[in-house]
Amino acid sequence: MRILIKNGLVIDPSRQMEEKLDLLIEAGVVKEVSASINVGPSSPDQVIDASGQWVVPGLIDLHVHLREPGQEWKETVASGAAAAVMGGFTAVCCMPNTDPVNDSAEVTEFILERADTAGLCRVYPIGAVTMGSKGERLAPLSELKKAGCVAFSDDGQPVYNPEIMRRALEWVRMFNAPISCHEEDKHLSRGGAMNESSLSERMGLIGMPKVAEDVMIARDIELARVTGGHVHICHISSARGVELVRRAKNDGINVTAEVTPHHLVLTEEAVEGYDTNAKMSPPLREEEERLALIEGLSDGTIDVVASDHAPHEAASKEVEFSEAAYGILGLQTSLPLLLDFVDSGTISRLRMIEVLSTAPAKVFNLKGGSLKEGKVADLTIIDPQVEWIFSPETVKSLSFNSPFIGRRMKGAARATIVDGRLVMLDGQLIRSA
Amino acid sequence: MTNTDIDYSRHLLGIEHLSREELYNYLDNATHFLEVSERDLKKVPALRGKTVVNLFLEPSTRTRTSFEIAGKRLSADTINMTASGSSVSKGETLLDTARTIAAMNPDVLVIRHRASGAAHFLASRLENTAVINAGDGMHEHPTQALLDLLTLRQHFKDRSGGIEGLRVAIVGDIRHSRVARSNIMAHLLLGNKVRLVGPSTLIPDLLVKENCFGEPLQVFYRLEEGIEGCDVIMLLRMQLERSAGGFIPSLEEYAREYCLTSKIVERYAGDAVVMHPGPINRGIEISGELADSPRSLIEKQVTSGVAVRMAVLFKLATASGEEKRE
Amino acid sequence: MTTAETKKVPADWKCVVDSDTISRCISRITYEILEKNRDIQNLAIVGIRTGGEFLGRRIKNRIKEIEGLEVPFGVVDITLYRDDLSHSSSQPELKGTDLRFSVSGSRIVLVDDVLYTGRTVRAALDAITDFGRPSCVELAVLCDRGHRELPIRPDYVGKNLPTERNEFVRVRLREMNYQDGVYLIRKKK
Repeated sequence: MRILIKNGLVIDPSRQMEEKLDLLIEAGVVKEVSASINVGPSSPDQVIDASGQWVVPGLIDLHVHLREPGQEWKETVASGAAAAVMGGFTAVCCMPNTDPVNDSAEVTEFILERADTAGLCRVYPIGAVTMGSKGERLAPLSELKKAGCVAFSDDGQPVYNPEIMRRALEWVRMFNAPISCHEEDKHLSRGGAMNESSLSERMGLIGMPKVAEDVMIARDIELARVTGGHVHICHISSARGVELVRRAKNDGINVTAEVTPHHLVLTEEAVEGYDTNAKMSPPLREEEERLALIEGLSDGTIDVVASDHAPHEAASKEVEFSEAAYGILGLQTSLPLLLDFVDSGTISRLRMIEVLSTAPAKVFNLKGGSLKEGKVADLTIIDPQVEWIFSPETVKSLSFNSPFIGRRMKGAARATIVDGRLVMLDGQLIRSA
Repeated sequence: MTNTDIDYSRHLLGIEHLSREELYNYLDNATHFLEVSERDLKKVPALRGKTVVNLFLEPSTRTRTSFEIAGKRLSADTINMTASGSSVSKGETLLDTARTIAAMNPDVLVIRHRASGAAHFLASRLENTAVINAGDGMHEHPTQALLDLLTLRQHFKDRSGGIEGLRVAIVGDIRHSRVARSNIMAHLLLGNKVRLVGPSTLIPDLLVKENCFGEPLQVFYRLEEGIEGCDVIMLLRMQLERSAGGFIPSLEEYAREYCLTSKIVERYAGDAVVMHPGPINRGIEISGELADSPRSLIEKQVTSGVAVRMAVLFKLATASGEEKRE
Repeated sequence: MTTAETKKVPADWKCVVDSDTISRCISRITYEILEKNRDIQNLAIVGIRTGGEFLGRRIKNRIKEIEGLEVPFGVVDITLYRDDLSHSSSQPELKGTDLRFSVSGSRIVLVDDVLYTGRTVRAALDAITDFGRPSCVELAVLCDRGHRELPIRPDYVGKNLPTERNEFVRVRLREMNYQDGVYLIRKKK
């Protein structure tokens, strides 16, 4: 299949490029990027006019929950993949907190099979660090790696036992895979439903203090320092956490960090009125934390933006605030929410594409993240101007838990191309034949 | 689910949403309901034909009884639903409960629930029913604050300024107390000075440092300093399981430091009155002799409770009636 | 009585009973009450809040002037006894009922400013009988504007005022810092 994309603004952070160019895809790779491509006698299968649009390396989400196997009423690999390509993502990394937990090659292979059947985006499973994510015994990390896991995590839980965490880091160091860490000391956040703050005090909700996150970040940075293993801090949410990562990087410690779009956009005020769609872990925090996250993202302390896409059916959200499930949708809102920061001049568009594509590829050692000739043809065409409303009708997930439902958005993915194949164009999914 | 489109004037979800005028309106009307409660015939036909559902999903004999008497004295049809006798104990969700209540279409729902925000949850889902928060988790217990104010207003009726300009000390487990939150907001609304007294583990720093109720609060870790010169000492009930949660070493240790006795009050706040939302733990928050002494308003608080709840039921039931006609 | 400045009614209110006439009405009603109740032993005056309260007090004071005797006086607030339960304001304001005499066995003259549908009087009767069983209740009103909806008739009337249903009758008294007067107002569409 040959696809010619004409007149787009090619933004490629892998070579600091922002230029109006044509781009030709052939046999699954980027064949040519130049000012005016002459295709010769054989015309391409598809020509896309991308005037006024951006052509960027495919977006990669390092942190999603696809709920399959085990909770297929919330999301499936197929529905999650549909949401992903609609949101401009060519690859997603799915967390292992399924039922059963992804702590065996069988589960990893099952997920990959499902992804293959869905035929939309790349799905990279993340394996559990410990069996059942219980924090007691190491999962078969090498077996999982061979089966296709790209990283390891007990997401939803920290790895409490520092001894086990140390051994896990030592083990994965052998094949250069990161451990993605949900940083939360749950003794400190016991029973917590929102950020611990004057607002939680007023609302009478038990708070999840920032220190519950910070102490675990500090611990894991120290473990990364002594082991040399790669610690990837999930969904960082506190200013102090950002500072700890900044210092660790200065010290040359093998640590990376991700932040979610919602922590960049919202503050804890979103939970006022006990809105369970704004309940998540880590919780939305105060404005000064939010500003510190933006600063960390701008200065490179935070490497990537990942959505922590966490679908939940209405029944687990339409309950008392303290009982409600944690988490919100993310795959279809990441891109427009980040575009707002470009619009307001907070971050450059090159940096935005970097944190959504080039950097995630690098952090988890994945294909993609570059539009250099010869690289795999995973790419996204973004219309930065199109205005739309994130309504329930637009949601491709099986769940609708998002505080952004009803929000006016500016900018969207116009086309998503995976492995040289068009999987979404102008809002239509194109599954492989 | 978003709860942001609640019309707070239709419900009583917390003191937070009340203006001074509304607060005084409740107190003024409650004063007249005190008179009704003193009559031989303690019943007026004001809410005849109105239905009040008392849904108590957390045990509370006092508050439930108080609302029930209030409803009956207003001639409303009062129905009690409690956790043990209802489908809630059989695993019904709050959403199902809301739907069931909506189908019954009562004029007023009085809700007591262990989760903060439960009253908001129901208010946002019940179109034709006024919701009264009778205590939600650690959040608010507005009728308790109103009855405390009514009690004080009766006590201070000859004082110039009435219940404004008072120095109020709230003593005990502030952290877990909805009574404290509602009272803090109520007294700040009146411009009173509010002191929080108790061990540092039970007075959240954030409550104080960030002025989360808009006005500064003073904190005292020593009982004697905290109550010194106060007009009102409000004691909170100590939940007996707090020591298990690691908030206090033991009840004995708490009592040694914070149990209020007549001797301490005489010495540091000779003119103060003492209040407690009940039920009291004698010898833990308050000594028996102080609870039974003339400076204790504890029994008057119970009397005020019925009158205040009549005032709240009266206002909200008649207001919701008005809406239905439209 | 306060010393506050006398307030003015809006210019488009039409005065139908002036201040002198109101004084004469009160006097006449008082004499009629005394004539009908030769034995004022058990007599009590009860005003309906708020206009009736002031007029009732004036009648009580006239009795004192004429007979040199204090008759018991009370007020009823009918808010809790209304049959329509609607409130013009979202904050219903109770003014309170105050009957500090033994209602049982007393001969009560109930006083109101304007008699219209009769529903207020019905509610006032319910309020009074909650306190005891009077031996009889009579009704004195400053104005009777007609349009009764209940079988209620006044025993003492200051002025009969023929009115349309789409008109308001408003009584303003010096106790409310107005000059005494009864006004007719056409309802706005």
